[in-house]
This record gives sequence, C-alpha cells and structure tokens, in this order.
Amino acid sequence: MSSSHDTHAAHDAATSHGAHAEKKSMRLMLHVWRQRDPSAEGKFVTYKLDDVSPDMSFLEMLDVLNERLIAGGDEAIAFDHDCREGICGACSLTINGQPHGFESETTTCQIHMRRFEDGQTIYIEPFRANAFPVVKDLVVDRGAFDRIIAAGGFITARAGSAPDANALPVPQVAADAAMDAAACIGCGACVAACKNASAMLFVSAKVSHLALLPQGQAERNSRVLAMVEQMDKEGFGNCTNESECEAACPKGISVSNIARLNREYLRALASSD
Amino acid sequence: MSTPTAVASSSKLDSKCPSGPLAERWQKHKFDLKLVNPANRRKFHVLVVGTGLAGASAASSLAELGYSVSAFCIQDSPRRAHSIAAQGGINAAKNCQNDGDSVHRLFYDTIKGGDFRARESNVHRLAEVSVNIIDQCVALGVPFAREYGGLLANRSFGGAQVSRTFYARGQTGQQLLLGAYSGLMRQVGEGKVNLYARHEMLDLVVIDGIARGIVCRNLITGEIKSYAGDAVLLCTGGYGNVFYLSTNAKACNVTAAWRAHKRGAVFANPCYTQIHPTCIPVSGSHQSKLTLMSESLRNDGRVWVPKVGDETRTPDQVPDEARDYYLERKYPSFGNLSPRDISSRAAKQVCDEGRGVGGSKMSVYLDFRDAIVRDGVDAIRARYGNLFQMYERITGEDPYRVPMRIYPAVHYTMGGVWVDYNLESTVPGLFVLGEANFSDHGANRLGASALMQGLADGYFVIPYTIASHLAGRKFGKVTAEHPEFRRVEQEVRERIERLRNAGGKRSPDSFHRELGLLMWDKCGMARNAGGLRQAIDCVRELREQYWQDVKIPGDAANLNNALEHAGRVADFFELAELMCMDALDRNESCGGHFREEFQTPDGEAKRDDANYCYAGAWEVDASSSSLAWKLLKEPLVFENVKLAERSYK
Repeated sequence: MSSSHDTHAAHDAATSHGAHAEKKSMRLMLHVWRQRDPSAEGKFVTYKLDDVSPDMSFLEMLDVLNERLIAGGDEAIAFDHDCREGICGACSLTINGQPHGFESETTTCQIHMRRFEDGQTIYIEPFRANAFPVVKDLVVDRGAFDRIIAAGGFITARAGSAPDANALPVPQVAADAAMDAAACIGCGACVAACKNASAMLFVSAKVSHLALLPQGQAERNSRVLAMVEQMDKEGFGNCTNESECEAACPKGISVSNIARLNREYLRALASSD
Repeated sequence: MSTPTAVASSSKLDSKCPSGPLAERWQKHKFDLKLVNPANRRKFHVLVVGTGLAGASAASSLAELGYSVSAFCIQDSPRRAHSIAAQGGINAAKNCQNDGDSVHRLFYDTIKGGDFRARESNVHRLAEVSVNIIDQCVALGVPFAREYGGLLANRSFGGAQVSRTFYARGQTGQQLLLGAYSGLMRQVGEGKVNLYARHEMLDLVVIDGIARGIVCRNLITGEIKSYAGDAVLLCTGGYGNVFYLSTNAKACNVTAAWRAHKRGAVFANPCYTQIHPTCIPVSGSHQSKLTLMSESLRNDGRVWVPKVGDETRTPDQVPDEARDYYLERKYPSFGNLSPRDISSRAAKQVCDEGRGVGGSKMSVYLDFRDAIVRDGVDAIRARYGNLFQMYERITGEDPYRVPMRIYPAVHYTMGGVWVDYNLESTVPGLFVLGEANFSDHGANRLGASALMQGLADGYFVIPYTIASHLAGRKFGKVTAEHPEFRRVEQEVRERIERLRNAGGKRSPDSFHRELGLLMWDKCGMARNAGGLRQAIDCVRELREQYWQDVKIPGDAANLNNALEHAGRVADFFELAELMCMDALDRNESCGGHFREEFQTPDGEAKRDDANYCYAGAWEVDASSSSLAWKLLKEPLVFENVKLAERSYK
C-alpha cells in the first residue's frame, strides 16, 4: 500500500500557474476481478497500462482500459458509477483490499491517479459481502439497503399535510448532528470493510438522523425495530466493534451512531408501545 | 427580414393556462379540474419513469392518494438519481429573512431570470407552491441548516437580491432526494409502488392516440418487457450529456424523452442549455465529466483575471490594481452573484481576450483571499469546507492558499418535452415533470430553482392535474398483451440488434466524445448561423457513420454498459441536430442562447420580442422519409410583467 506517497511535490508543481509542467504518464499493473454473471466463477485478469495521466480519476483510468478492451473486441469491465463527484454512492470498488481505496473519506470516483506510484500494482475487486451478491465483474446488488429503508427508514408525512416548517424549531446542534448522520450515501463500503459484513453503520446513520429530529419522534420506536429486523433478514452480520466501517466510510459517518442505534433499539424494546 | 409582428399560435399547442388574475389562476384551475373518487384511484395504474426529485415525489404522492404506481429507474437504487448531486439549495418565497421577498417577487425574478421566455401562469404557480415544498421536506426529516434559535437559515443565490435559498450544507440535492426517496420507499414497503431498478425505458406505446405504456430493458438480464398503464409520467431529467462533458452524471440521457418525441410528443426549445459559470476546468483528453463548484461559493469568492494577458506572476503576487474583477466591474449591483448565463459569457469573453489563467488559459480565478481576511479561515471552512475539499481532491490545489480556477460547463437544459399547464405533453396521457419538460425556466434557470421545480411538479402539481386525464377522458383498459406492445417490443429488439451488428471499429464513447466537442464548439456558449449550419451537416454525417461503424462487444442478454451507452448516444445524435436547428431558427439572443449576430454594443444578449416571443416546439414530420421536423409556435403572452432588457448592472 502506498499511503506514504508524498503529495507535496505534486502540490507545488500544480500551483505554479501559467507554466504547467508536462506531467509524466504512469505505468500500472492491474489485477481486475472478472465474473460473467452471478452464477459464474470469477477470477482476476491482469491488464497493463502504460499511459496513465496523474490527473486522471481512478474511474477515468478504467475508462481508458475499457476503451482499449472494446477496440480489441473484448467486453468492457462492468463497474457501477454515475455522478463521479462522490455523492450518488454508485461507485463501489475494493482497491488493494480496501473499499474505496486507501484515501480517507473519499469515494472511488474521487480518487486521482496522482495518489499512486508509477509502476504500482493495483488489485480491483467488487465490494464483498453475502448480502451484496456480485451481478457482474465489479458490480454488486445492494438492493438490501433499499429494503431496509422501505421497512422503516422514513418519516410518514403525506404530501399536503405538512405544518409550517418553522412551527417546530430544531436546535442547531440537533440539526447539525442529524445532518452528520444523514450524509450517508448508501454505498455499502461499511459492509464491505467489516469482517462480519455488518450493515450497522448504514442502519445506524438513518436511525440517528431521524431520531435526532423532533419530526422523527412519532415513529422512533417502530422505525428502529423494523429496520433492524429487515437488516437481520438480509443476512448482514453483527457488529463486533472493530470500527472498520468508520475507517472505510467516504462520508466520515461516526461509529457513535452505532452506539446510538443500540440505545434506540433497547429503548424501543423496553417501551410499552 | 420580413417577419410577422405577432406570432401565430399552433392549434396543436393549447397551453390550457387558466385566465383571470395571475395570483388566483392555480386555485381556480384546481377547482375546475376533475377529481378521481378515492375508491376508483386504485383502478388506475400510473407508470413513473425516473426517480429523481420529480419522479420520487410524484410516485410517492400518487401512491399516497391511492393510485396504483410502478416506478422505474436505470440506477441500482432510486436514491442514486442525479438530483442527488445538486449542491447549493432550493428557493422558496417564505420571506423568512424579512428582506422583501414574496411569491410575486420569486415569480418576477424567475420570469426575468428566464429572459422573458417562460409562461407567466406556470412560473407563478411554481412560486406559490415553493412555500409548501419546504414544509413538506422538513416534515420528511430533511435537515436544513438552522439558526441558533432553531429556525430555518437562508443564503443568497444568483439572480436575486433577497435571501430565499434553503440549504443543507453543500448537499441540498442529496438531502431533498433522500427525503423524497424515503417517502417512495415507504410506499414500496407498503406494496403501493412496484419498483423496477436497473430498468431502462426504451420506448413509449401509444394506442388510439393515448399513451398506454412503456417498453423497458432489464439492464441485468437484457429482457425486453412491456408495462401497460393508464398514464405515463416521464421524470427523466435533462439532456446536457449531448455535450459529452457536462456536470450531469454519466448515465443521464435523453432516451426516454426522445423515444416519446419520436412517438408524437412535441419537443420545445432544445437550444436553451445552461452553462454553469463555476466548474472545475478540463484537465486533459481523458476527462469523463465535469464537476460543479456550487454557485453559493460566489457569495464569498471574487471572480477575477489579470488585467493583461501576459501576466506571469502567481495569483497571490498579482496586486489588486493589476486584477480585473470583471463581474463586479460590469454588473455592480449583482457583482459576483450575476445570473449564470451572464457570468458564463463574461468568463468566455475574458478568456477569448487571452486573459484566462491556468495551463490552457481557459479558466478564471475564484478567490477567497478577502473573505478569509474578513471572516477568518474557520468561518469559510464552516461554510464551504466540503466544497474546498472536493476541489483539492480533483485538482491537487489548496483553495485556502491558491485561488480556485473555474470555467463554465454545461449544467442544465431548460428545453425539453413541451407540456401544457397540466404538465401533459401533446400525447394524451403522457405527462412530463422536472428537468425533462420545458415549462418553467424560459431561456435561463436561476440557481436553486431546479430542485424547487422538480418537487413542485411531483408533490403539488401532478397529484391534481393527472385527474384531467384519468377522470377527464374515456378510455378502456389495455394490457401488455395488446398487439401494439408486441410491435413496439419488436422494434426495440431490432434497434438493439442493428447497433450490435453494425460490426464497426469504434466504441460508442468515442463517437459520443466527438459529438460533444462539435456541439460545444458550434452550439455551446455562443452560436452563429454559419457554425450552426455547418454543425447540422457534421452531425448528420457523423450519425451515418455511427450506425455503420459502432462496435459493441458482449451480448444483449446480460449487463452490458457499452450497449446501454450505444442506444443513448444514438438518440443524442438525433437531438443534436434538432438543437442546432432550433438555435438557427431563433434569430435573437436570450438567456442561455447567445447568437453572436444578435448582441448589444456592449456585448449583452439582444432579444427580439416582436418576432421571437414564443416557445419553439418541434414535431417530428411523419410525412418525411428521413428524420425531419416541423416547427410549431406557442406565443408567450405577458400580462403581468413588462418585457424589459434584462439588466443586472
């Protein structure tokens, strides 16, 4: 792993405007997981690239490889991506064993090749978890997350029935804490990083977001019970407090949300309604 | 030029706008609309295509009303629709700041911002329901920014002199979409909405002149399947990706809207595209998309270039007297918060003069030096921390120390499928919501108004207006077994096979890039008649080549990204031609459409209200053997605002 890569040199080069020095292209050795469909056996396939620009994003590097594959009549590598600005949560690569790679609080699509060394070997795999079956190559099915939200990750508020938004003041501290939790992009890196493939960080982020707001109180108990029940049904593992999820989370969602989830769950179990 | 002084209206384009005092029209129209009895609603099946703000809010609201709903999206989850990437905020005329805002002011700002090329009735309705949107979103748990006292906070946005923009840090679109998505998923959980993720609509099925369903490809299995219904809602976003490089997500496309257009839905104002002034500049030929830096940054950042083109000093060494803060100089009352079209063109102008900065000299500075001195670095970090971080990740430069470099990029498309006041297209039963329609933003959209429109359409307009079709027309039930579905399915399959069997040498992506460059060059920030004519010829030629020379490895019965992309690029090729034709027809400059031949002596857009005060709506000419269009015109009538030169000086 190359987290020791020194970025200062790159910084200084980039900040001298008007005279952008020609940046040297990089050579890379890629081992990419290829799997035709969910039932097929997958394997790593090796590709060499020798003209990677340090300014490329990681996905643009894969674009270049895919263009080469298509030109040669081979099928392109399938991977999920969409906004390419770190917010949609679609991209989901395990890079050298780490979901979204080594850079902290960064989605796959926001990684740039200047963070890698010339000549480096990179392993690229899908997010691995039983609850996220591989669809093809690097694409997995994260429908389990949608089903958890459908089970209870909402506030029941029919269009047309809402009171004035300022009728219920929300203390700034509560709004900020709720926003911290609500920043989750539902990518599933937390699950892929956990040795138990637990979805506790994802579930706890939504439970926290809504439990912290006054609007979320009416369904506070039923919500956490329903979401946890669905989470278990989907085959996610349990949390054993390793905090790998927090380390992998591109949005910096804190494990303190998991503590809150546990409290909310116990509170709901103990309540009479 | 001998042009009529008044534009004749096409009989096909009945806007169905209510009459009477502007502020009472929507109330009156709601009362005049038919209702569907609650017990009958479940008998109607509504197909909603797209799950962004417009689609998710429409699908959930209709399901809440009791309609049977199916929702389709191309992403793996409805939560990933591109609305999620909107950063800055959402406008609403709540006047929380006591600074003189009102429904009428939001209406006026939007009409003026759109350069007087939108319908008064629609825009007023949008301003009216904006107030309810904020209430609805808060009820759903959207964590908007709050003041210390717990009340909602606001920020300013381009094109307005009041603070009416509500925001959730730099992730307003994300929070609004997750709110709408949670409402949608609640209905999915209750069995009221059938959700089809990773399904792409590839055609519209029209039976006896009424939209009766869609044909989709299951993107995982490749299966082509029909879905029948009583109404179809397209909530499929804009077509900015025709330029290849844009701030749109990679999968954004025009296919659903274009397929509907080919089946009879008239397409309006395709040349109105919005170029956003604050994007991160292109770094090389590998560039796959452009990233927006929120317009909110212009609240504190100052835009400048050196006064002379051969400035060699680093930006921090350039003294104030050698800097040209050109927006503040040219537009003193709006300054750095001038509207998007004006700010973008001003940036192009200084770069064309050779005063641009950066390696390619195709960018301008957005400088936070003064704001950091004034408010301190911590205050700036609190306001824009995530945006600064994103900028540094992409460029490798630290905006706290070095000014950001920005350049305009394609961001939004005001044109789209023509709809009447009910949001219904010229195909009865086909409704179009959000960015996919043409209705509310005229020739230029104001910042923080896209989120507003998407949610207005979905939460507060379509739940009423859909009844005009469901209760207002008589039509029988059809199922997907109807022979017309079989016929359209067959056409969809043949089209896919034609692309796969072209047996060429080039990837869909390489064609798409070439088309994008052409469009940016000839039909981008500035256009002229010669260039547009040339572009039309080039697009046609390239489109021919495309169908001969495209290469798509892999099969059709499996996930195949290249195949998906190929179908979308084929539709972009047809749209591109129409955009150029529309731009060529409009012999004036307005909003995002700037024709070099039509400008004031100081380089501002010069409208021609006598001849071009209309929505240009294009209908496919079915009598022609090759692809051709007829232009229909909907005159725009202004009874409540005075047409004026749009000045921000």
